[in-house]
Amino acid sequence: MKPSPFTYHAPTTTAELTELLGTLDDVRIIAGGQSLMPMMNFRFVQPGHLIDLNTVGGLAYVDVQRDFIEIGASTRQRFLQRSQDIAKHMPIVGEALSHVGHRQTRARGTIGGSLCHFDPSAELVNMAALHDAVLTLTSVDGDRSISFGEFGLGFLTTSVQPNEFLRSVRLARWPEGHGYGFEEFAMRHGDFAICAVSCLMTLDDRGAIDRLAVAVSGVSETPVRLTEMEGRLRGTMPDAGTATDLAAAAGDIEAMSDAYITSDYRSHLARVITRRAFTKATERADQRVRA
Amino acid sequence: MKDLRTISVTVNGTPYSREVETRRTLADFLRLDLKLTGTHLGCEHGACGACTVRVEGEAVRSCLMLAVQTNGKSVATVEGLAKDGKLTPMQNQFWEKHGLQCGFCTPGILMTMTEFLEENPDPTESEVRDALSGNICRCTGYQAIVDAVLATAAQARGEQ
Ligand code: FES
Ligand code: FES
Repeated sequence: MKPSPFTYHAPTTTAELTELLGTLDDVRIIAGGQSLMPMMNFRFVQPGHLIDLNTVGGLAYVDVQRDFIEIGASTRQRFLQRSQDIAKHMPIVGEALSHVGHRQTRARGTIGGSLCHFDPSAELVNMAALHDAVLTLTSVDGDRSISFGEFGLGFLTTSVQPNEFLRSVRLARWPEGHGYGFEEFAMRHGDFAICAVSCLMTLDDRGAIDRLAVAVSGVSETPVRLTEMEGRLRGTMPDAGTATDLAAAAGDIEAMSDAYITSDYRSHLARVITRRAFTKATERADQRVRA
Repeated sequence: MKDLRTISVTVNGTPYSREVETRRTLADFLRLDLKLTGTHLGCEHGACGACTVRVEGEAVRSCLMLAVQTNGKSVATVEGLAKDGKLTPMQNQFWEKHGLQCGFCTPGILMTMTEFLEENPDPTESEVRDALSGNICRCTGYQAIVDAVLATAAQARGEQ
């Protein structure tokens, strides 16, 4: 179908943008449009006002800092995929992006759009959970920064207020030589994941786990970090036993079910895919690295 | 009340200036306003890839872009591929290898794969299949399309 009528706004500065957000009601912001446009074409969403983020300057960049990488909300997925900085310092993001839609949708889709849409199975939402993302939201009153936990509330729901927009996201950097693995299961490549698991790891000089992060997506309404297990496995050798413990923790997450996928099957996938992601991260982890 | 804008867009090298409703998708703008019906609409929600065109050189889904968003930009559609009735090498290979049956998906696939070969002139078969993953063809089973794309690449490298 076609979108229902709306009034279109194309601000060119963030000041104009926040001004519009502060004064208009019934607004949707369009970034890459790869989720919002289908929803508008289906008329699931019929905004009175559509504000275009694409005309606002200065929101597309990758900025590498010592402890984090800051990414502007309008940065396209394809740009991230081609970014040397991302490939060098955060290679798992490139691996995750290869599962996001198709080349035509990655050419338009943005990181900010993916995060604000907040599909529980979205790969970039998983990346934000994995990297302890800090998100900066901007309104006429200025900026506020919130953690990923405060940002994502549930299925397609975030804590971004009607007068705010997501300006940028900071992803915490891991030391050079860290191990990483991203695994997902979908009906077809590029489809929404039924389950996706990401894993980051550093090993100490004995080869034992020094630091571990695991994020499981698609199983519940927001990605789940296996925080307790991440702490408990510190100091253990990353072997088959460790993988089994981790997989069990992923399988214990209370899983959603729908008309196609039962919760039992989701839990099964969570276990299998967690093991794979962990194994891959282990293989890639450099033993001399310390967090 | 209709929300209207006047936009200037260059399509296949020809500049156009038109007044459009802001909710007009790029696909409908091309098909209904410019009468360039070579761009096909299979699903209108980003699933099939039939509507793929190039905006500023990048292959994108024209059902997921608004016409107003192309103001000041250049757009390339399937109509711009053949020059003076002479098919591009890829179009010829699609003909040779039977890369199409009904042809509904073909414009989107040509636009996507033309961009892909510019970026990767020497692809493996699996890279071709990956690049093709955003385009649905209900007739060919893809094998002949993959053959045509690989043959185009080989020809461009002077191997055929
Ligand atoms: S018509 Fe645009 S993707 Fe199907
Ligand atoms: S040739 Fe018929 S859909 Fe592809």
